[in-house]
Amino acid sequence: MPTARKADARLIDGTQIAPVLRRRNIVGEVLAAPQAVVALIILVLVTLSAVLAPLYARFVAHTDPFSSQVSATITLGGKAVPVMQQSTTGLKLGVTPIGPTWSGQYFIGADNQGRDVMSRLLYGGRDSLLIGITSAIACCVIALVLGVLAGYVGGIVDGVLSRIFDVLWAFPVYLLAICLSIVLLTSRIAFGPIVIDSSSLILPIAIISIIYVPYIARPLRAQVRSLCQRGFVQASISVGSSNWRIIRRDILPNVMPSVIVYFPIMVALNILIESSLSFLGVGVQPPNASWGTIINDGLPLLYTRPLVSLAPGIMIAVTCVALNLIGDTIRDVLDPQAKIREAV
Amino acid sequence: MRNKLTAGFAAVLLVVAAGCSSVAPITTAGSGQNGPNSTPSGASTSSGTSASAGSSTASAGASSAPAGFQSEHKGGTLKLLASGGGGTVDTQINYTNTFWQLFQNVYDGLVKFHFGVDGAASDDVVPDLATAMPKVTNDGKTYTFTLRQGIKFSNGQPVTVADVLATFQRLFKVSSPNAASWYSVLVGADACLKTPASCTLDGGVVVDPTTNQVQFNLTKPDAEFIYQLAVPFAAIIPKDSPAHDVGSNALPSTGPYMIKSYNPTTEMDLVRNPNFQVWAPEAQPEGYPDEIQYQFTLDAEAEVSAVENGQADWMFDPPPADRLSEIGTKYANQVHVNPQAAFWYVPLNTNLPPFNNIKARQAINWAVDRNAVVQLFGGSVVAQPVCTILPPGFPGHVDNCQYTKGGGTKWAAPDLAKAKELVKESGTAGQEVTVIAENYATAKSIGEYMQSLLNELGYKANLKLLSENVEFTYIQNTNNKVQLSVTQWYQDYPAASDFLQVLLSCQSFHPGSDASINIAGFCDKSINTQMDQAEALMVNDPTAGNALWSKVDQEMMAQSPIVPLFTPHIVDFLSPRVGNYHYSNVFFMCIDQLWVK
Repeated sequence: MPTARKADARLIDGTQIAPVLRRRNIVGEVLAAPQAVVALIILVLVTLSAVLAPLYARFVAHTDPFSSQVSATITLGGKAVPVMQQSTTGLKLGVTPIGPTWSGQYFIGADNQGRDVMSRLLYGGRDSLLIGITSAIACCVIALVLGVLAGYVGGIVDGVLSRIFDVLWAFPVYLLAICLSIVLLTSRIAFGPIVIDSSSLILPIAIISIIYVPYIARPLRAQVRSLCQRGFVQASISVGSSNWRIIRRDILPNVMPSVIVYFPIMVALNILIESSLSFLGVGVQPPNASWGTIINDGLPLLYTRPLVSLAPGIMIAVTCVALNLIGDTIRDVLDPQAKIREAV
Repeated sequence: MRNKLTAGFAAVLLVVAAGCSSVAPITTAGSGQNGPNSTPSGASTSSGTSASAGSSTASAGASSAPAGFQSEHKGGTLKLLASGGGGTVDTQINYTNTFWQLFQNVYDGLVKFHFGVDGAASDDVVPDLATAMPKVTNDGKTYTFTLRQGIKFSNGQPVTVADVLATFQRLFKVSSPNAASWYSVLVGADACLKTPASCTLDGGVVVDPTTNQVQFNLTKPDAEFIYQLAVPFAAIIPKDSPAHDVGSNALPSTGPYMIKSYNPTTEMDLVRNPNFQVWAPEAQPEGYPDEIQYQFTLDAEAEVSAVENGQADWMFDPPPADRLSEIGTKYANQVHVNPQAAFWYVPLNTNLPPFNNIKARQAINWAVDRNAVVQLFGGSVVAQPVCTILPPGFPGHVDNCQYTKGGGTKWAAPDLAKAKELVKESGTAGQEVTVIAENYATAKSIGEYMQSLLNELGYKANLKLLSENVEFTYIQNTNNKVQLSVTQWYQDYPAASDFLQVLLSCQSFHPGSDASINIAGFCDKSINTQMDQAEALMVNDPTAGNALWSKVDQEMMAQSPIVPLFTPHIVDFLSPRVGNYHYSNVFFMCIDQLWVK
């Protein structure tokens, strides 16, 4: 019935439930929070530095950050200095990579392959951010589709999907990620003509996307189940709206805020898990760099060149704190519960 | 053998066997009736040059030979550290440096490597439980020993010839890693290998309780048999020892110490053997500490700190690279650096592209910057570049370098231009190559270097890092299609065959097996024949034999199945209270000769 189809679901229910995103200036509200502005500036700087990594490596550091430079020398103060420096005291045991020069080449020193750590840090940021963001997008999209499907369709579909979520949820996140990584990284993966090499970034992205799906999909499913019982959805059903229309007009607008709240936090979580996997050697594979692999590279240098591990650690911490601040602010803006509390 | 803490890889060398058995006993030329040596150290004649040549120590404690026992230093507790236990303490199964070094203070064979001395002297085989070096007869195929009388095991049982027979039977019953290789030369070994449980070694080991004589009968002359009697596999144990791996329950011993307790994950405690008396000071001198405690709970970083703080006296593990400079500077007088008869190398799979092409293999040998790899290992004090398979100072080694820029007998520099030209000529550029390396820092960094180099040569290289527990077996199995890997080999005893024949003979190549130590899959019939000839020559003419081994080494390098990288040195870091450091070429630091008082 045309009249009923035009009815505003919010009026039927009598409360503010429906599409909050279409009526509010979310970005403006988020940017009104000072901590979010600071976080955003940090993220922009980190992203810019990562994007400009090739320019830095080529024009500032004059190096290839992915090839060994063990026998390289640089000129410092008019003198040729080896990048890998043999100890000259005592028994002359050990070789130490050059430390921070605080100038163009080897700005924060070299790693144990004689590679410029600053260049690798910037390149590492590219991979860490790329994996963090793309896996968060993939995870949220998959979780949204599965959560809505399970919650809206119900019955067998809900049962099967929920059990799959249970199984995935039963594994500790890191254990599952490590298991998947080891299995997938052992050899290249071939789906017919599509071959994914073990060093491809697609693998860590896929692994990280999968492991967090239940953590988002289950709450979404519960939210959808709840929404399906609400008056405005029941009204849509009673007036004969198609399933797709109900999902598109009534369900999705109400679950999207949750997904948006999850997203920055998922990016932070994914960067952390990617770093952990790469640190353990089952994430990004050499010669590619991520912040996790650089921390691992610095392990044998902790006593002599701690900056090799510290620098990527700091980058991870700063980026994740910034993402969490933004996530918190978005949640404060969008969380319907918070609105209810405010109203009360 | 591999320098591993884990015992698991012992089985790996089951196969090595085929390659490293039977060379020849040490007899005087022309007479099969002469004993292998008229002096207890005669075995050293085959190793006239010692791997210890050039050994350098930082402390003043070391001397070429120990003075007499100095009782004022007797007593105290020696505290040792390792990041992991060595697995089983069954002497006939364990095949790790960790415990072979320790077993020198606990168990005895009929003969033993000269103990408590430094340098070339430590390569000598001397009588231990036997009264003298064996009488070799029957054209080098019969060894006759006389067992000392009055010696008791730590449990009070007397050592008899029946124990000797039972010891060698048990080698087969427990499937000792090298039973099928080293000891298969014994008469009757074939039957024992087929049905180990009923092994009698009939005719192979003949004992006479009335004369206390033990006779070993071989199927053919074997110059290395005397060495194989001097390693822990052949340590004499009681005849009633169970015919299975005893795990962490140590067997009764004859040496100055016995294993009082052992927990593979935490610690081992050795105390004095109440029944020990000095009968052969060259083989088994009295030990100094009253107790030896070995802890397995710290990692290498923590071990360094513990030794620095005097909480422990020595660490088994090599000090981590980032601590080398510190200990070499602040604790220089507590550090000893000694060369090892070992090398790190890169096997190139001669049966898989691109390295089934000799030019591609030679290109890698030309391209590798050995100095760079030495830097990655810790610098020129702890490693030296090598061009040959036999390490410097090892029997059969002759300085020769086929792959160095500008030529010469020593490696000088890589020739990248030549390498790229060879890759171009081989038509293999652009092919994918996967580098396999272990996942700890040093091996990983060398793997990364190889990956970078291969990319520079025009290949598409990947790096796969595997746990050190699995890498060694993984790279041996042809089913894994490993093209190139990074690995190491350490001597079992000073004989050229222990490198050349073990690592690159046709007999050592076992497709589809985890125990195919010829990782390169190299099999050249002509070179193999020469190795057989060298083995035979070693029986009566070790000089000519070693000359032939040297030729084999050079011919192998011309085929380039492997890329020798460097020979490592061992860094022993001791607490300040420790004195009387001695280093054996074969079993490293002499633990019970250390003073802690």
